Amino acid sequence: MFESLSSRFTSAFGALRSRGRISNSDIETTCAEIRQALLESDVAVSVVDSFVASISEKSLAALPTLQSGTNQGQVIFEIVNAQLIEILGGSERRVRFAKKAPTVIMLAGLQGAGKTTLAGKLAKFYADQGNTPLLVASDLQRPNAVTQLQVVGDSIGVPVFAPEGGNGVGDPVKVAQAGIEFARAKQYNMVIVDTAGRLGVDEDLMKEAIRIRDAVTPDEILFVVDAMMGQDAVRTAAAFLDGVGFDGVVLTKLDGDARGGAALSIASLTKRPIMFASMGEKLGDFDIFYPDRMASRILGLGDVATLAEQAKKAFDGDTSAKLEAKFASGEDFTLEDFLEQLQAMSKMGSMSKLLSMLPGSGAMKKAIDNFDEGEIVRTTAIVQSMTPTERRDPKVLNGSRRARIALGSGRAVSDVNNLVDRFSAAQKMMKQVRNGGMPAGMPPGMPAMSAPATKGVAQKKKSKSGNPAKRAIEEAQ
Amino acid sequence: MGLFSKFIAKIKGTNSFSPADWQELEQELLASDLGPTLTRTLIEQAKKVKSEDAESALSQILTEQLSSRSRDSLVNPNGLTVVMVVGVNGTGKTTSVAKLASTIKSAGSTVLIAAGDTFRAAAVDQLQTWGDRIGIPVVCGKANSDPASVAFDATQEAKRLGVDYLLIDTAGRLHNKNDLMAELEKVKRVVEKTSPVNEVLLVIDATTGQNGLSQATLFTESVTVTGIIVTKLDGSAKGGVALAIEKELDIPIKWVGTGESHTDFARFEPASYIAGLLS
Repeated sequence: MFESLSSRFTSAFGALRSRGRISNSDIETTCAEIRQALLESDVAVSVVDSFVASISEKSLAALPTLQSGTNQGQVIFEIVNAQLIEILGGSERRVRFAKKAPTVIMLAGLQGAGKTTLAGKLAKFYADQGNTPLLVASDLQRPNAVTQLQVVGDSIGVPVFAPEGGNGVGDPVKVAQAGIEFARAKQYNMVIVDTAGRLGVDEDLMKEAIRIRDAVTPDEILFVVDAMMGQDAVRTAAAFLDGVGFDGVVLTKLDGDARGGAALSIASLTKRPIMFASMGEKLGDFDIFYPDRMASRILGLGDVATLAEQAKKAFDGDTSAKLEAKFASGEDFTLEDFLEQLQAMSKMGSMSKLLSMLPGSGAMKKAIDNFDEGEIVRTTAIVQSMTPTERRDPKVLNGSRRARIALGSGRAVSDVNNLVDRFSAAQKMMKQVRNGGMPAGMPPGMPAMSAPATKGVAQKKKSKSGNPAKRAIEEAQ
Repeated sequence: MGLFSKFIAKIKGTNSFSPADWQELEQELLASDLGPTLTRTLIEQAKKVKSEDAESALSQILTEQLSSRSRDSLVNPNGLTVVMVVGVNGTGKTTSVAKLASTIKSAGSTVLIAAGDTFRAAAVDQLQTWGDRIGIPVVCGKANSDPASVAFDATQEAKRLGVDYLLIDTAGRLHNKNDLMAELEKVKRVVEKTSPVNEVLLVIDATTGQNGLSQATLFTESVTVTGIIVTKLDGSAKGGVALAIEKELDIPIKWVGTGESHTDFARFEPASYIAGLLS
């Protein structure tokens, strides 16, 4: 996401940085490049012009105050960064919980923006944090939207309140109202109301949304918008703001190659914060939107903060503690531990997504997109085809055992050999690290798992030095 | 739409267009999702327009941006015509399939629909509801089954029934996901084992911005798009990206969706589209 915007910014600043002394005309050139990049990214014309004007003004004002010898390019870069963060809404904003449960969240947006999927993602996000959400199916318009919500609810184990089958039958306002009553009676602490998609210009449907709003008095109305949307995003957002109104914005389909200019426009023109970002087909592909992190990403600085958080989430406390103890006590790191790490890694989401959060990833976007996710699955299959004894002590792996494992995992014997060789090398390396006097425990405040986890990654990378994406991880470590 | 109406009025009345006017025109063109490149081209060419024949000259300029390829549906004259409908998530593929099927049916041909979106929750049900509504049979597989196998079964079924058209709905996918694009290629390949795919229609949401270009490029690379369906043209979006796609990639727009009912679907008329931009 935002990649091509990011690469345009990178090249604009590259030119600027290479100069010792920056002149007014350098700033003009950079601003013109930024303008073009933003327009190609679907940022609304008016937003682009005011953004560029403000950068240019601030940069020109800053220029005379700079001593020679300071990195002038960096100063300009900081100005742009600050401006981007500001336009994206400053700091992140969380959902305001109601003083008296349930907290009611209502979703609104155009058709096809991804509301129903998002309802599921939002529910999962809060259920994972210990809340008890209830999904309410108030989209009675689109054929089988209700069924879709039910399937989504089932798959994440969140109940769905759906008294009406939909397909144009039933009163969405009554459903929403009854949903709140139901939640109150059954003591759910959160209600997420999915509503029918509507066009900004459709007054009837907008009135219906307003009636739902008035009936359920939501604590938050979230406007769901497709990151691929063009210049019309601004008009649509304005229509929704005037109509049903909204408190925050959710961006969907951020995993595409859209440059997400709509996000900048909407945040800037409606003064409503972007609260969440949704980026993938799985119901866990969802997170709070952090303006500063997004600005870093647009400017090609990567998003290490998110990466670290995801690692923390995926490597749960138990596994981490166990491994840490193991590492400290001098026990060998076995293939069983390796398997656990592989599984935890796949929990973190796709490898390409993780890679794209690394600094400088904009430059190798293509390679990242083509990352072979199957590699993790195949490696996992090989380890899973081993017996517990073999996993604990790979030395017992003779020819016939290897042939059996290859058969069991559907891979060639050479793949098995490869894995075992790489693994022994990594094991040896870990021993060296430990004997080299590394402190037994991790320093406090660091995610306990981070050291062994990265080992696992590094080890996997070794085999694939030919793949630039993987090499990048290796180099980044 | 009337993007150029002000320009025409002004140039006819005063025979002049000030720099501020040009800037305003540029902003309007950009705001219609034509994109910076096409906008620049159009403005450069418009600057040469003389006041006497402003309308016809502009109409000429715009027509030149459109694809010169035929907008007729590609059909198999002797036997089954297979049409695949592809696109990113949420553009209205399933609805378009239903509308297209209904259009073909009212023209007197027989149609079968394959519910190839086995991924999104309840997409198959959505299509089946449509099928019931418009009276067209729908072949479905199980949820999460291989879409290629559903398409293959449907092709066999279409041949057995001897219908004129088979419309294959596919799951929405983001064009930059290689694995999902490979899956789409597989669907096409598997169908082509027994019957050629005559037409691949890409569904583009009129509210899409410049990303539409990227969608069209990558879908064409993977399954050779032969035509475009622009949906949700009933909103406030001007769908300028469609013109950008025609210009950049030379893929003709064949159909437009303009509403929620199955009859809100029509062939793309370039003449009236351009007239709309001018008036």
